[in-house]
Amino acid sequence: MATYLEFIQQNEERDGVRFSWNVWPSSRLEATRMVVPLACLLTPLKERPDLPPVQYEPVLCSRPTCKAILNPLCQVDYRAKLWACNFCFQRNQFPPAYTGISEVNQPAELMPQFSTIEYVLQRGAQSPLIFLYVVDTCLEEDDLQALKESLQMSLSLLPPDALVGLITFGRMVQVHELSCEGISKSYVFRGTKDLTAKQIQDMLGLTKPAVPMQQARPGPPQEHPFVSSRFLQPVHKIDMNLTDLLGELQRDPWPVTQGKRPLRSTGVALSIAVGLLEGTFPNTGARIMLFTGGPPTQGPGMVVGDELKVPIRSWHDIEKDNARFMKKATKHYEMLANRTATNGHCIDIYACALDQTGLLEMKCCANLTGGHMVMGDSFNTSLFKQTFQRIFSKDFNGDFRMAFGATLEVKTSRELKVAGAIGPCVSLNVKGPCVSENELGVGGTNQWKICGLDPTSTLGIYFEVVNQHNAPVPQGGRGAIQFVTQYQHSSTQRRIRVTTIARNWADAQSQLRHIEAAFDQEAAAVLMARLGVFRAESEEGPDVLRWLDRQLIRLFMFHLRRSPFLQVFNNSPDESSYYRHHFARQDLTQSLIMIQPILYSYSFHGPPEPVLLDSSSILADRILLMDTFFQIVIYLGETIAQWRKAGYQDMPEYENFKHLLQAPLDDAQEILQARFPMPRYINTEHGGSQARFLLSKVNPSQTHNNLYAWGQETGAPILTDDVSLQVFMDHLKKLAVSSAC
Amino acid sequence: MNVNQSAPPVPPFGQPQPVYQGYHQSSYGGQPGSTAPTTPYGAYNGPVPGYQQTSPPGMFPSVSRAPPSSEAPPASTAQAPCGQASYGQFGQGDVQNGPSSTVQMQRFPGSQPFGSVPLAPVVSQPTVLQPYGPPPTSAQVTAQLAGMQISGAVAPALPPVGNVTISFFLEASDSGVYLNPFYFYQPGPPQPLPPKRLDPDAIPSPIQVIEDDRNNRGSEPFVTGVRGQVPPLVTTNFLVKDQGNASPRYIRCTSYNIPCTSDMAKQAQVPLAAVIKPLARLPPEEASPYVVDHGESGPLRCNRCKAYMCPFMQFIEGGRRFQCCFCSCINDVPPQYFQHLDHTGKRVDAYDRPELSLGSYEFLATVDYCKNNKFPSPPAFIFMIDVSYNAIRSGLVRLLCEELKSLLDFLPREGGTEESAIRVGFVTYNKVLHFYNVKSSLAQPQMMVVSDVADMFVPLLDGFLVNVSESRAVITSLLDQIPEMFADTRETETVFAPVIQAGMEALKAAECAGKLFLFHTSLPIAEAPGKLKNRDDRKLINTDKEKTLFQPQTGAYQTLAKECVAQGCCVDLFLFPNQYVDVATLSVVPQLTGGSVYKYACFQVENDQERFLSDLRRDVQKVVGFDAVMRVRTSTGIRAVDFFGAFYMSNTTDVELAGLDGDKTVTVEFKHDDRLNEESGALLQCALLYTSCAGQRRLRIHNLALNCCTQLADLYRNCETDTLINYMAKFAYRGVLNSPVKTVRDTLITQCAQILACYRKNCASPSSAGQLILPECMKLLPVYLNCVLKSDVLQPGAEVTTDDRAYVRQLVTSMDVAETNVFFYPRLLPLTKSPIESATEPPAVRASEERLSNGDIYLLENGLNLFLWVGASVQQGVVQSLFNVSSFSQITSGLSVLPVLDNPLSKKVRGLIDSLRAQRSRYMKLIVVKQEDKLEMLFKHFLVEDKSLSGGASYVDFLCHMHKEIRQLLS
Repeated sequence: MATYLEFIQQNEERDGVRFSWNVWPSSRLEATRMVVPLACLLTPLKERPDLPPVQYEPVLCSRPTCKAILNPLCQVDYRAKLWACNFCFQRNQFPPAYTGISEVNQPAELMPQFSTIEYVLQRGAQSPLIFLYVVDTCLEEDDLQALKESLQMSLSLLPPDALVGLITFGRMVQVHELSCEGISKSYVFRGTKDLTAKQIQDMLGLTKPAVPMQQARPGPPQEHPFVSSRFLQPVHKIDMNLTDLLGELQRDPWPVTQGKRPLRSTGVALSIAVGLLEGTFPNTGARIMLFTGGPPTQGPGMVVGDELKVPIRSWHDIEKDNARFMKKATKHYEMLANRTATNGHCIDIYACALDQTGLLEMKCCANLTGGHMVMGDSFNTSLFKQTFQRIFSKDFNGDFRMAFGATLEVKTSRELKVAGAIGPCVSLNVKGPCVSENELGVGGTNQWKICGLDPTSTLGIYFEVVNQHNAPVPQGGRGAIQFVTQYQHSSTQRRIRVTTIARNWADAQSQLRHIEAAFDQEAAAVLMARLGVFRAESEEGPDVLRWLDRQLIRLFMFHLRRSPFLQVFNNSPDESSYYRHHFARQDLTQSLIMIQPILYSYSFHGPPEPVLLDSSSILADRILLMDTFFQIVIYLGETIAQWRKAGYQDMPEYENFKHLLQAPLDDAQEILQARFPMPRYINTEHGGSQARFLLSKVNPSQTHNNLYAWGQETGAPILTDDVSLQVFMDHLKKLAVSSAC
Repeated sequence: MNVNQSAPPVPPFGQPQPVYQGYHQSSYGGQPGSTAPTTPYGAYNGPVPGYQQTSPPGMFPSVSRAPPSSEAPPASTAQAPCGQASYGQFGQGDVQNGPSSTVQMQRFPGSQPFGSVPLAPVVSQPTVLQPYGPPPTSAQVTAQLAGMQISGAVAPALPPVGNVTISFFLEASDSGVYLNPFYFYQPGPPQPLPPKRLDPDAIPSPIQVIEDDRNNRGSEPFVTGVRGQVPPLVTTNFLVKDQGNASPRYIRCTSYNIPCTSDMAKQAQVPLAAVIKPLARLPPEEASPYVVDHGESGPLRCNRCKAYMCPFMQFIEGGRRFQCCFCSCINDVPPQYFQHLDHTGKRVDAYDRPELSLGSYEFLATVDYCKNNKFPSPPAFIFMIDVSYNAIRSGLVRLLCEELKSLLDFLPREGGTEESAIRVGFVTYNKVLHFYNVKSSLAQPQMMVVSDVADMFVPLLDGFLVNVSESRAVITSLLDQIPEMFADTRETETVFAPVIQAGMEALKAAECAGKLFLFHTSLPIAEAPGKLKNRDDRKLINTDKEKTLFQPQTGAYQTLAKECVAQGCCVDLFLFPNQYVDVATLSVVPQLTGGSVYKYACFQVENDQERFLSDLRRDVQKVVGFDAVMRVRTSTGIRAVDFFGAFYMSNTTDVELAGLDGDKTVTVEFKHDDRLNEESGALLQCALLYTSCAGQRRLRIHNLALNCCTQLADLYRNCETDTLINYMAKFAYRGVLNSPVKTVRDTLITQCAQILACYRKNCASPSSAGQLILPECMKLLPVYLNCVLKSDVLQPGAEVTTDDRAYVRQLVTSMDVAETNVFFYPRLLPLTKSPIESATEPPAVRASEERLSNGDIYLLENGLNLFLWVGASVQQGVVQSLFNVSSFSQITSGLSVLPVLDNPLSKKVRGLIDSLRAQRSRYMKLIVVKQEDKLEMLFKHFLVEDKSLSGGASYVDFLCHMHKEIRQLLS
């Protein structure tokens, strides 16, 4: 008999789904008493090397309001060639192609192991992937050089038939025409003027006379490249040209006087990029990749003025309602993000600067469209270079790990309704019978659009049990949920992935233990954290913490409360946005790391082992490796550091020391290789300035307040006023007992 | 002065001529009374006796008056036998010529202005009075043609200007028959009488006047030392020696003797105006103005009126102070400028300092004279090329790009510098604008398209304006590629205002002044600011709404021009229209920024290449000043009140010129605001602050001293008709913007009539009312005025387009005197009359069909057009040696190039054409016209003494009409 742990793992492996409860309370009342909602983390495109897609179209339930897809849970009458929809109980005829089916000759979608199945659609035109680079030229010389090299390198990573375009911006915005020989052409726009999509298309000459439009109906794909050919060209054709063009890119030539920021028209540049794709390739997979080295300083979407003496907004300013440009800028980018999402394109933001770049305002561009957000100090760092390279990594089939223009539809059996989703998606506002009135996350719909996603993109989906207490589910009844993800595969095929899962209902009063045993602590933690972050985005910080405290009494929550997702202290608004962005899309494992960083210890006392994320773990004869998802910190204890200084590792007789030093490095490399975005890699030692990264994360069980009370030599005191886990727990226990929440 | 060289036979007089009749009815019919004078002539409009009473005191006040008193004894009739003889004949009404022309027109250059007293032995003359004229200096001619007499008299023909009176008069014979051609103005002439034709030879001939002036004054240099000297005519070649007054090449006045009071000025109605060409080109023999550097303190100026130091400033108190000659303010002389005075009160160093001894000179300006208190950077030229379908198809773009490659080596330079300081930039455009980055470090030029025409801006800073020699390779590559890039264009729409806006913004961004060269083909109908619609409507001609055709369609261009002027951005516009482009609107910006407009209708490379390239070369190479401000200061008593030309004025005194070249002229009108003093005369100082093409800030000063008079006769004796016409034409051409054309023409005629009537009343001797008496200086006024009246702007022919009229209108606005002279009265040169060997230009003939003989070939030019007219029966040999064809019929009509043939005639003609072209600021395209060919209509349009097809009067008719007007004023 498999344990729940195994069951959960197996389900995750196969369907990319993890539920907070794996046995469902059978009535609304009981479900609400459970506090943690019935919800799941869904990784729609989880990599399944063992799942070859089938080359035909799915069979749909004929009820117009249902349209569920034939799945292993359906009851099939092989003789009558009928199947019953397990969601609406409609009886459906099999289509003519299925005449040969029988118990022994089943189509794949009826086999239990294909609870997740992928269909490849043959219909619909295939259009190449589109990559539109939007490049900031207000960079330092070496930064720009590094960025240019990265971009040039990326050309070789793109599929040869992919279309690329280039927009550069500084004080002005230049849309480069890539088709012409000889003179390099670009269309220039003022960086201060907000243009409508129509104006942009007119000015770029994308609007065509009305006559050919009608003729173009039968074969739009043939027409499209013609229209846009000037700005978006197949890589293989303009490879050389574009490489040269990138090579010749100069820093923004407009003078920047002392005490000023360069004028950076990010808002207009993005708006033009969006307008360009909107006019040429709507509903085709396309990535707008924004590379910026500083905050937008003029025009729509400006985040800060060009006076250096006025610093960019901080959390403090925002709380004091002192961020002049924030609301307007946010509105601008939200408008762009929504348009982009409507068009099925996604926006990536690669922001590399020491100061903030306005991610807070721009975050919606990536968040709503499923684009990446990468934050670094400089384009001339391996963090950016490798992260960027990793975007173009390929899977076991040699396909890019990216998909476009996906819609996720969730169908539930009657006892359940969909309350919402949290992740890189926008609502499609499709009301159906299974849409709950209560919203958790992005709700009010059972369909979402995810414009850009990769195999790790994970959404939290929240459900509501609607079954009334007085209408119990029959014993052994199962609830079913079907996830239907239609998307454009990176090979430009349109595909549909269908995952259908079922869980048992249980009566909370009689079978509480079952339900308890089937609780997935980790999934629940992450799902709750997502809810918390989602709230934090829209509500005041302390309120969210209070809400969380009221909801939960669990270990992770101590760390979650201290995490940058909820705490803005010590983080800039940009950093908060960045962390939250990733938290809302990574899968469970990564999310857990984010909430509670992992600490490994390396010592001569034994093999590497995970240790408590606690200040007591910081010992002089240990090397610590901490992974916070965003940072990888290697910390040499005091003694180890002294040894290294003394150069023992170079002596042949101390080879074991050398190995000890090397071990965490290797492990760190392994993590660095796999993770996207690439974490900040910090190699420090006791007393090093960078050690703060470690010290700020560990549980401050020893502080300057209680150091002498402990009186031991172990551990390192943390200079903080934060409460330790011990205190937190004590307090929590008291609360749990004393008050009914 | 015109005289019949041979006694003309007395033509039979009789009924009115049909021609005349028609003229009377069509043009002037029905309004003889409408032109009644509005000036205070009423008082003088008495009968003859009254006139006689008033005129002598007005005209000839006293013998002892200063100017006229010098030497000549009063009217000594005995001194000049020939003159006397003619007097006698004249008086008796003989049908005889006067003395030979050489006598009459004599002027005495260099001698004193007033040689004799214009005394008034007037009363002694019977019908035709010859009031003054001491013999050798005076001559009088009478020509009597069947009852009409023309008498010309050089009255106290005192140098430099003789006061010559030509009088036409009507005379009734004893028999009671009106024997004169004007008889139909008289009441009750019997209709059946046969028409009498006024002999054209009998009326003043421009050709004769020009010839005479050339002969009399062309040989000696014109020395400017003396106040109030009338310079030789513009048609005369003469050298100028600057001895304290500005050369007539810089300033010409309508009169060199200004009435002391405004009452007098009003009475005479002679406009007081100066035609100023501050940067005029000088012949190589004359030195350009010296540049004076006064160091950091800058030029010395009067504290009160800010006039600049000039030769007329009076140093007093031993040189420690000076009195301003304009406002009489007494100023201290700064210590570093102090110099002792000699016994005459002149500074010892007067001749070492140009500003104390010359009429024209330049100061180096200090930083105070610069915009934003910063010395200017060298100016820039931006070439903005229309690349729409029309421009590409006509071959214009290719031609232009090819030409620019070499032309860029000849940008204007200053002094002896190796390389021009001017930077260049390139823009092409149709519905959108394309800027080019031609930075020297680039391998290929980069194109930047700006399609936001509604809100134009400059997309690049670095690399747009470059030094030609540094970026030559990139520029060449660009010019090679432009025609290729747009070879397949199908864009027919263009924008216009955004183009200028872009150029201006570029100059603003580069913080320099400069010039835009716009090459444009079509009406800008694309959606953009300054968008125009086709509003041409020939039906408006001769209606009250006709003026709208000359007015800009939208105010946007004025606003734009204002911005351009503020930036020192001058716009030169080359138009290549195939149809209506609304020149009136498009030329607003060039006009207000001191630029030029060139128009090549239906441009075709084969036919118009030479003309366009030649104009372009000249326009690009010519020396030009930027960001200029011109201010004219005058002696207390008169004031500059009105300005004509290509410039912008934001207040009433400062003429702002974004650019000013050596062809541009500003006409300034003066009005009295107080009395002038005869002794001190009237002074003008024109100061032009500008940035030279090397980026140096300078002040050019021109000074001119004029006499003042209390006698009207002095005024009439010192007028210059050519300048007067220049002023009147500009005045009229501006008038059409606000008034119906007919009103404008009537105003001109009335003013002219008033001028002449005033003369007749106050200066001429009393004579028969039938006599038309013209002042010697103004005897060409009627013929020239007639030319102005029948010009395309004021009286368009059927073939003249609205654009043509607008084009001419704005051209004339900045013409100088020489240009207006030939423009309104074209030169007609017979080519085969004089021997081939003679090196000089053949003497011109009058612009009338009658003067053409069908056995000859003629060349006609008016500064814009050049015709070669071939008579039908011209000798075959001539045809052969000029056209290389055997007969007249084989000559291609409309030919624009003469074959290069190695024979004396061909060489001479081609040489003549070349020299004519060299004299003009615009290339004149040659058109060969054959007699009796349909192209001849075009040619005949320029025979201005004839009646024109559009209803313009012939010279004779107009003279008659003028006479009638005068008589009406007098009666």
